[in-house]
Amino acid sequence: MSSHAWEKKPVLLLILATVTILVGTIFTMVLPFAWVNTEHDRIETVSPYSPLEQAGRDLYIREGCNNCHTQTVRPLVAEVLRYGDYSKSGEFIYDRPHLWGSRRTGPDLARLGGKYPDEWHYQHMVAPTSMIPKSNMPAYGFLNDNLIDPDAVKKAMDVLGFPYSSNDIAQLEGKTEMDAMVAYLQKLGTGIPWRKAAEVEIIGELVNPFPKEPTAIAAGELLYAENCAACHGEELEGQIGPELDQDVYSDDELFELIYVGVTDAGMPSFASLGSTKVWQIVNFINYRETP
Amino acid sequence: METVNYNYAIVRSFITWSIIWGVVTVLVGVLISFQLVLPELNFAPYLTYGRLRPIHTNAGIFGWGIGSFFALFYYMVQRLCRTSLWSDGLAKFQLWFFNATIITAAVTLLLGYTTSKEYHELEWPVDIMVVILWVAFAINIIMTIVKRREPQMYVSLWFMLASLVGVAILYLVNAAEVPVSLFKSYSAYAGTNDANVQWWFGHNAVAMVLTAPPLAVFYYFLPKATGAPIYSHRLSIVAFWSLIFMYLWTGAHHLLWTPVPDWVQTLAMAFSVMLIAPSWGSVFNGYLTMNGQWHQMRENYLVKFLILGITFYGLQTLQGPLQAVRSFSSFIHYTEWVPGHVHMGAMGWVSLVLFAAIYYLVPKIYGRELYSIPLANLHFWLVLVGQLIYSISLWVAGLQQAGMWHAMNNDGSLTYTFMEAFVEMYPYWWMRGVGGLIYLVGILVFIVNLIKTAQGGKPAPEAIQNA
Repeated sequence: MSSHAWEKKPVLLLILATVTILVGTIFTMVLPFAWVNTEHDRIETVSPYSPLEQAGRDLYIREGCNNCHTQTVRPLVAEVLRYGDYSKSGEFIYDRPHLWGSRRTGPDLARLGGKYPDEWHYQHMVAPTSMIPKSNMPAYGFLNDNLIDPDAVKKAMDVLGFPYSSNDIAQLEGKTEMDAMVAYLQKLGTGIPWRKAAEVEIIGELVNPFPKEPTAIAAGELLYAENCAACHGEELEGQIGPELDQDVYSDDELFELIYVGVTDAGMPSFASLGSTKVWQIVNFINYRETP
Repeated sequence: METVNYNYAIVRSFITWSIIWGVVTVLVGVLISFQLVLPELNFAPYLTYGRLRPIHTNAGIFGWGIGSFFALFYYMVQRLCRTSLWSDGLAKFQLWFFNATIITAAVTLLLGYTTSKEYHELEWPVDIMVVILWVAFAINIIMTIVKRREPQMYVSLWFMLASLVGVAILYLVNAAEVPVSLFKSYSAYAGTNDANVQWWFGHNAVAMVLTAPPLAVFYYFLPKATGAPIYSHRLSIVAFWSLIFMYLWTGAHHLLWTPVPDWVQTLAMAFSVMLIAPSWGSVFNGYLTMNGQWHQMRENYLVKFLILGITFYGLQTLQGPLQAVRSFSSFIHYTEWVPGHVHMGAMGWVSLVLFAAIYYLVPKIYGRELYSIPLANLHFWLVLVGQLIYSISLWVAGLQQAGMWHAMNNDGSLTYTFMEAFVEMYPYWWMRGVGGLIYLVGILVFIVNLIKTAQGGKPAPEAIQNA
């Protein structure tokens, strides 16, 4: 059988294999550096992490959160509805390493910042099922027991070249790992003012399509338990969010609060539920049988 | 004929240790799969899913996978070159250093020292240990090939050499990082660049660790097990060069619809589809080798492992390109489907071929015949059924999950919340755990068979020992 020179010369084979491997490498791994993180990608409003946020980011890495949570919203209709505006390259220029992840056992976190109030996160990290009843997330209460080491954070900030003041470092004294984690989670996706931009505007008059209908109230009760009870209490008695007594809000006010959310107060928008379900919740809150 | 003093001792040691790390892989895998359904099985801070999952993947890739390849490459390179190993001392050092590295890796990961990069979680000091290990291995293999007494290099040696250089390039580039302290570093790349480098690494680790080496093993052990030569030398050549050329373009198919430039995604998608050809080149070469030999599927347990292995490789390399297409990726990416896919490759393709090779070597490394072929058959069926339960339940789970994530009402709202889709996963996660348990039992049967062989199997005839 005739054979080629490279079948008899190992060094030649090694060289040829290296060259072969490098072609695709240069085109798809080296060349993109000329496109990515350039001026074209830059977004004015995106800022580096503060010392506390960076400390939280390092904890996110330490605990392997990226094994269950992604941090990129794709430009797909359902995904943007569920999580928020799709991710832009310029939002990640301070991410070393990136934390985009590959599996969503839990939800995507790219737009988590500002969705919930801090208190929600503190409770959720200690006991995930207290906020999300059927969650399988491990409990991370031990983060409350550990203090941040300001010197280590300072060193990290120096290596990353992020700006900070001596006051920033001094303020880390006494902060727990939980404080850092929550600060980081609240930073996620806030580099662009997408939440304001995506805010729903209601035009025209709102009319409750099924006022006091028992079926709507029953459906609303289930939806309330799933989406609202964690913050407003199972008996609507209020907890992280305010108490929801009957007759505080009119039907259309309540609809608008739920559908649009209160961006600055940590009340998420529930527009993705659709108006029918939101009306059912309104009917439950305002017309349920009270003891 | 001049006799060669082959070093089988090192082969036996590496096989023993790779099996030990293989058991760790599956044990941790089973534990974390049950953590998904029983979150109280998380024992913070050390034994949480987030810290254990990298131990599962690293033990699988570095311990079981690469550990076995160390063993099998050292066996094949000596036989194919008709010469003893270049350096027995270096190989011995490598064995000890291999175990030291894996133990260090496991401990540091438990302590939360991780870079977060998938399949490259090890922090910089452990990275350096991995590099030393690979250099020692590469030198020994290359020098043994250089001093060979067989002019022609068989196809298995090409795949070995490509793997040696490929892993070196991938690992070094992706490891670029700036240390802050002994066990903490920051990636040299940021954001989108970091993601693109990482998945260039991630996908080609599949090429250079979980494709080229098992193909080297397959091309060697299929003819050995069947007695039939590989069907086509020319097909081997075409499949080899086109495989190592095309693979490197495909990493960004892990990043479809992300901020990575569109043209990089499109190239990745196109090359992923083209990659079907070289992959199936090897599959066909395997199937056609079986021309006139198919009766061995019934009579020869080794052939069953090898042919099912290459069949899973064929299915894997059809499913992979399907997932790499933008439209299908938009649907299926991030769902349970993906671990179903990965485990067909890991538990089906790679592990079945490794089991076959280890069984084949038993008479040589222990000097005894295999204790029980029925037990080997039982092992085969347990791991096959375990893997199918695992993968199929996750494919179904992924389809349902994707359907629920994307479902929309007429008014443009989402039909399901995240948690409504999430709770539907619990039954599938139970099945995945059960599939893993069955696989684990299969591996225990394998180990019992090997221990019984080593302890008191019938001595293998001289002829087999020197074949």
